[in-house]
Amino acid sequence: MTELIIPAVVSCIVAFFTVYLTTPPLIKFLQKRNYTVKDVNKKENIMIARPGGLSIIAGIIASEIILYAFLQMNEILAVMITTFLAFAIGYVDDRKILGGWFKPVALAIAATPIIFLGAYDSDLAFPLFGEVHIPVLYLAIIIFMIIITGNTINSIDVLNGVASGFMVIASFSLSIALFILQNYEIAIISLPLGFVSLAFYKYHKIPSKIFPGDSGALALGAMYGAIAIVGQIEIIAAIALLPAVINSFLFLSSVKRIVEHRELKSKPVEHTKDFKLKATNDKKAPITLVRLIVASEPLSERQVGYIIFRLAMFSGFLAIISALMMGYKI
Amino acid sequence: MWILIILGGAIVVIVLGPISISGYGNFDYFLTSGLKAGVAIFLVILWIIILSKMKNLVFRKKFNF
Repeated sequence: MTELIIPAVVSCIVAFFTVYLTTPPLIKFLQKRNYTVKDVNKKENIMIARPGGLSIIAGIIASEIILYAFLQMNEILAVMITTFLAFAIGYVDDRKILGGWFKPVALAIAATPIIFLGAYDSDLAFPLFGEVHIPVLYLAIIIFMIIITGNTINSIDVLNGVASGFMVIASFSLSIALFILQNYEIAIISLPLGFVSLAFYKYHKIPSKIFPGDSGALALGAMYGAIAIVGQIEIIAAIALLPAVINSFLFLSSVKRIVEHRELKSKPVEHTKDFKLKATNDKKAPITLVRLIVASEPLSERQVGYIIFRLAMFSGFLAIISALMMGYKI
Repeated sequence: MWILIILGGAIVVIVLGPISISGYGNFDYFLTSGLKAGVAIFLVILWIIILSKMKNLVFRKKFNF
């Protein structure tokens, strides 16, 4: 355990400062090239730089290369390659408008390095009830895990700071769960995700200076999913991600097809005169977590963000409880 | 949803875990995996239906969507 302290500290410092230092010049670069989008939740016509995925992936790759130099584990390579492929898929989607099916199908391909590098164990562990051995079925779980985590983080990226802030809470909950389960090496591999998200949150929080874009959101989500697989804590990871999973579930079950937000004609929320968010009465509009939160009364973007963070903290707490429950068997 | 995941885990471990087919030689492994996959897909569909019903109940009662 003590021999892991130096790689852990160095990789976390590199992860945080790579993003912290590269994001301001990236913002300037993107603004100069007119790579900006309108912030639709602001009264004024504010244009925000996008995508911030470039600084996010730089932080992830730099920190994981350092960890690989110390530990030389296939799991690190699997996490790195899967995350990079997810970033590349998102970057293509940031540059060109692609159909709703593109990302799920492409993310399935991004999950394959985990399989080819053999960085998984085909036992699925549940709190209180033990493990189930599902060698063939587990391959499908690996594919679906990356698709689900990538897309859920992407789908919750609708307000300033929410995706990165949510990821800070979920990823640190995941790291704590891994430490509780004494899976120290994977816990250390997971730490840079939290520090990368934290550094990016500094620029993404309300009022945003940069948006992560699909490249940033998919990279964060896919790395989270890859860590869940290589760390054998798939169920705990799903619990920590519950608010985002609920958001995707509500959306899909109300729209009943895989579709991009921009393709929808009916919007789930609209703005009041003082630019607070309020739920629309349109029955054709998709049900989302934000629509659910503002259903009883209109709230500001900041208030909705804090409610989502409180939900994330509650889910993170449940994930940690679940990790503690792994030690007990009925 | 957390409770549903825990209960789902119980069903998976109790129902899915012990499933094993024998007597078909080399095909035992594939048949067992296929049956496990079938049961797992059924459980996931059941889980989604329960969640959908719960969602509809909450939305109808509270928000009249």
